[in-house]
Amino acid sequence: MERSFFARNPSVMIFIGMLGLFTLAITVMSEAYGTSAISTSLVKTLGMTLCLCLIALAMDLVWGYCGILSLGHFAFFGLGGYMIGMWIMYARTEAVIVTSLANAPLPPTPTELNDAIAVQIFGVVGGDSFPWMWAFSHSLTLQLMLVVLVPGLLALVFGWLAFRSRVTGVYLSILTQAMTLALSLYLFQNDTGLRGNNGLSGLQNIPGAEDIPQAVTSIWLLWASALALGLGYIAAAWIMSGKFGNVIRGIRDDEPRVRFLGYSVEGYKLFVFTVSAVIAGLAGALYYPQAGIINPDEIAPIASIYLAVWVAIGGRGRLYGAVIGAATVSLLSTWFTGGRAPDVNLGFYNIQWVDWWTVLLGLGFVLVTLFAPKGLGGLIDFVIRKDRA
Amino acid sequence: MSSLLQLSGVSVTFDGFRAINNLSFQIGEPELRAVIGPNGAGKTTFMDIVTGKTRPDEGTVIWGERSVSLLKMSEAQIARAGIGRKFQRPTVFEDQTVAENLMVALKKDRGPFSVLFWRAEPADQTRIEELASEISLVDHLNTQAGILSHGQKQWLEIGMLLAQEPRLLLVDEPAAGMSGAERDHTTELLKEAAKTRAVVVVEHDMDFVRKLDCKVTVLHEGSVLAEGSLDHVTANQEVIDVYLGR
Repeated sequence: MERSFFARNPSVMIFIGMLGLFTLAITVMSEAYGTSAISTSLVKTLGMTLCLCLIALAMDLVWGYCGILSLGHFAFFGLGGYMIGMWIMYARTEAVIVTSLANAPLPPTPTELNDAIAVQIFGVVGGDSFPWMWAFSHSLTLQLMLVVLVPGLLALVFGWLAFRSRVTGVYLSILTQAMTLALSLYLFQNDTGLRGNNGLSGLQNIPGAEDIPQAVTSIWLLWASALALGLGYIAAAWIMSGKFGNVIRGIRDDEPRVRFLGYSVEGYKLFVFTVSAVIAGLAGALYYPQAGIINPDEIAPIASIYLAVWVAIGGRGRLYGAVIGAATVSLLSTWFTGGRAPDVNLGFYNIQWVDWWTVLLGLGFVLVTLFAPKGLGGLIDFVIRKDRA
Repeated sequence: MSSLLQLSGVSVTFDGFRAINNLSFQIGEPELRAVIGPNGAGKTTFMDIVTGKTRPDEGTVIWGERSVSLLKMSEAQIARAGIGRKFQRPTVFEDQTVAENLMVALKKDRGPFSVLFWRAEPADQTRIEELASEISLVDHLNTQAGILSHGQKQWLEIGMLLAQEPRLLLVDEPAAGMSGAERDHTTELLKEAAKTRAVVVVEHDMDFVRKLDCKVTVLHEGSVLAEGSLDHVTANQEVIDVYLGR
């Protein structure tokens, strides 16, 4: 009798348990459902951190397991955010316009209504009509499908071109950087149709939930993020637990061997890359309603490099490593750059963490690479083995 | 005996260097064949051409009863058609156990979706254990392949090839770096494998070739210089001049 998936992978149960406890603890300390021990803005930060953990998980699938160092994953994350953001902006603006025109002597025609929404949204970039890419923005269902389809298709086309030409290693990393840079520059243009460098804003105001306080919606989004992270973790662990995982790790360690065993390596890479991009897109779609704003800067190449640093510090090739790395580094980053970390006065020089955090991060990265090449997650393995011995 | 693999008039040039020059070669099934030749004779390039890694400039490579051309197939397709290849340096998945290495190699559907939902059945477990005992690794089924000795890795790779159930096995210098006892075991493995399929062994080491006790093809400057029993080719004056005489 085959043992169940969870029995063979105890770390999955442990992870889900800890995630559940974390979510419960935040909920009972929140302003909305508990003791108000933690502020709504901290709830949002923690919810966003869960989304960052999810994209780190996606990164670990392609990099840690399959050996593809993608330095463009925030392109998929950002696209997911834009897709959900378009619906939020449209639906919210529509509600506002309908309310403001309610007292007009004549009820507005659908065209007038549509034009008024367009002016409201695109006036900031001098536009007064909807660009083609907003065709589905009135429908939550369609935009949710785009959250999956747009990053997935971009990854499919990009991956097909790159893997088919056997672009690997650092060359592939550079190509992924170029992809995310190109997308970012494209979105920066006002006439692209996504409001240029203004980006999409007011995303924290969920349409249909105008009367519900932010304290409550922030908890809802935290739950959604935790659920997505939990499901993503189970899915990733399941994919990698079987023979598929053996083939993927084989590609990472010895690509020609896999190929000469008769596996079409390109197909497998494309599969993992696309699945990973879809997960990244979903993470972005949950992140930006909590962040409240998305603009092309989010897709800048540096963001994807930070993602690789999180996963490296956390330990690649182990799913909890990616989660630990993303959570630790992004929370530390928030604390250090949020102006709350106390300055260190050395007498001759005053260290201000807002400026010095990146130096500290770089130093941490070097130290982890030198002394704990398996990352923070590797330290957990070390402790477990010690217990068993 | 009909031919399983037939190369005719194959040539390939790298940056002006003619690595393979009008090479013709054929092998039937079952057969054990040794390919020998000095460095640069084109032995590895020959294997690269058969397995699809290198595309020849001219010539034909014909496979099987239905006489399909291998030249338009990818490496993975050629492997699925029934050609297994063992590299000179042992290439196994060092991060995975012996059992996992063999499991990945087992002849099953190679498509991503069927692999995703594949789970080992009792028959597969039995097959993995059989293979492991053939290559003397049955006590190491749950050992990481990375900590096996050099010789054990070579056997594991041969075991993976057998798991693939190829009709033609190309083996590049299997005895390099092996001790005497390991060599004998390797010889047995290859001879056993050649009872049911075609096996081509590229080898440098004359003693090892003698133990294989099979037909020998001598390559020189990218084409066949002589073919026949080892005693026959080693008596050939041309062979002595280019290879053995040195």
